[in-house]
Amino acid sequence: MATRQTQLLARSLLTPAVGLLFIWMIVPLALTIYFSTLHYSLLDPGSESFVGLENFRYFLTDPAFLASLQNTLVLVGSVLALTILLGIPLALLMDQPVIGRNFVRLMVIAPFFVMPTVSALVWKNLLMHPVSGLFAWLASLFGLTPIDWFNDVPLFAVILIVTWQWLPFATLILLTALQSLDEEQKEAAEMDGASAVSTFIYITLPHLARPITVVILIETIFLLTVFAEIFVTTGGGPGLQTTNIAFLIYSQALIQFDVGSASAGGLVAVAIANVVAFFLVRIVGRNLEA
Amino acid sequence: MGQITLQGVQKSFGPVHIIKGADLDIADGSFVVFVGPSGCGKTTLLRLIAGLEDVSGGKILIDGKNVVDTPPAKRGLSMVFQSYALYPHMSVRGNIGFGLKMAGLAKDEINRKVEAAAATLNLTPYLDRKPRELSGGQRQRVAIGRAIVREPKAFLFDEPLSNLDAALRVQMRIEVTRLQKQLGTTAIYVTHDQVEAMTMADKIVVLNGGKIEQYGSPLELYERPDNLFVAGFIGSPKMNLVTGDPAKQHGASTIGVRPEHLKIERDGAGGWQGTIAVAEHLGSDTFLYVDAGALGMLTARYIGELSLHAGDRVSLVPDPARIHRFDEAGNALRG
Repeated sequence: MATRQTQLLARSLLTPAVGLLFIWMIVPLALTIYFSTLHYSLLDPGSESFVGLENFRYFLTDPAFLASLQNTLVLVGSVLALTILLGIPLALLMDQPVIGRNFVRLMVIAPFFVMPTVSALVWKNLLMHPVSGLFAWLASLFGLTPIDWFNDVPLFAVILIVTWQWLPFATLILLTALQSLDEEQKEAAEMDGASAVSTFIYITLPHLARPITVVILIETIFLLTVFAEIFVTTGGGPGLQTTNIAFLIYSQALIQFDVGSASAGGLVAVAIANVVAFFLVRIVGRNLEA
Repeated sequence: MGQITLQGVQKSFGPVHIIKGADLDIADGSFVVFVGPSGCGKTTLLRLIAGLEDVSGGKILIDGKNVVDTPPAKRGLSMVFQSYALYPHMSVRGNIGFGLKMAGLAKDEINRKVEAAAATLNLTPYLDRKPRELSGGQRQRVAIGRAIVREPKAFLFDEPLSNLDAALRVQMRIEVTRLQKQLGTTAIYVTHDQVEAMTMADKIVVLNGGKIEQYGSPLELYERPDNLFVAGFIGSPKMNLVTGDPAKQHGASTIGVRPEHLKIERDGAGGWQGTIAVAEHLGSDTFLYVDAGALGMLTARYIGELSLHAGDRVSLVPDPARIHRFDEAGNALRG
């Protein structure tokens, strides 16, 4: 394989794809960097002027920034914790031989295929609506006051919706990992006198360390940019209670029409994503080393 | 103590009967090998004794106590699996000590026992390594260490050497046998390799189709096979089985002669005539595969070198004292 010709062939065949991807990435990035240094408001066309790092100062000192950074981290952290804590028992259940197992698996995967906007609408209008929602009806059955989810606990409501969407992903990855656990290892633990709980702690959980890492890394990438669920349900409110970084950038650009400041925010978001990724790889990445 | 008795043990998976009633007495301290072709139920029988499968009928007595409703860990047995089934994220120390930890022993006592077991198996330098950093033979020894550290009533081995290369297999065979004698613990060993069975066992159980065909010492099985199956299964190369006229002369339906009990004569007039199809010269032995016409292919073994080659005519004379006779049902005729 590694003759000079095959290497040359491989490189020349890869070049168009790599080149296209590079242009695809570098043009928006370059433009964003360029815009972030301009005073560039859509409400005031023709007045673009170079302002240096003023946009960054404006974005970072905006009280909304710290609030949305906190919301982002709370959202990501809670959804990660919930999907893994619920995903492990679900995967364990689905690993049991039951009638109709394949159908159950298909049903469990289903939420993952629902568009974020659609699932947000379903949760908003059919489930969490304080008057006509299913939860309100259930609460009234027991004589309780229905919760007005998006006013009383808006961030928690968004966390629930996003968790519902990502739980299947976590469950599925963990389930496939469980299925690759050597049956003889469990039997060996049984011969060694390990109870079901001990087997889970000492055999199953260490085996799941790597898939859990994969789930955390992949989910983090997507959870940092949650937008549709917030846009459809709360619009970032009430106040700033459900505004995350992604939504804040959106509101800078398309509610306040401040392109320069939104571009600066976009670059800050890139930096935050890198910082989070750096710490994640430091904390959980060693599980991936073979 | 580790005396194990099976009484009418049966196992079926749905309508399929895997074990059709097994009776067996295994004396304390003996090394018993279950041998048979694949699918004969030998591994299932071992797993029944271990408690990893539930019996469908019959009793399993360990030191006189029926254990069919006792969970595996409470039976006081330990098992070495075919894949070793080491815990990949634990060090060798953790692997060997896991059973003791589950039994709730104190840390320093676990350490003492693990280190003693490791010393017995020459594993001391590897105690803090992970299984993936060990060679096949070392992993095998860790699996054995995990079994001996619990001081069980009996060891159960499920084809433990089948993943090793030939040279290592011979070495481990000797090590396992020696270790078992040294500890004096009952051992049940499953294999499909009849050489392993012959060399390691105090007593062999030959299984076929879920039934025990014969139970006896290796030489008993070699010299007095109870039936055609055992006759054909024990011994390498296989016993020659001849039907028809030569068998009738001995008042049997089938007679069997082992390759080493056929005298090879060049240009002889007596015995069974044939042409050599293949001659294998190993130096220490010579194996001749002889096409004897109506009698079929016969195998003859000569100790040492014999310069005969494919195409040569030979006559094979069976040792009259070493002819095994079988009736139509395949059972041995004696006396």
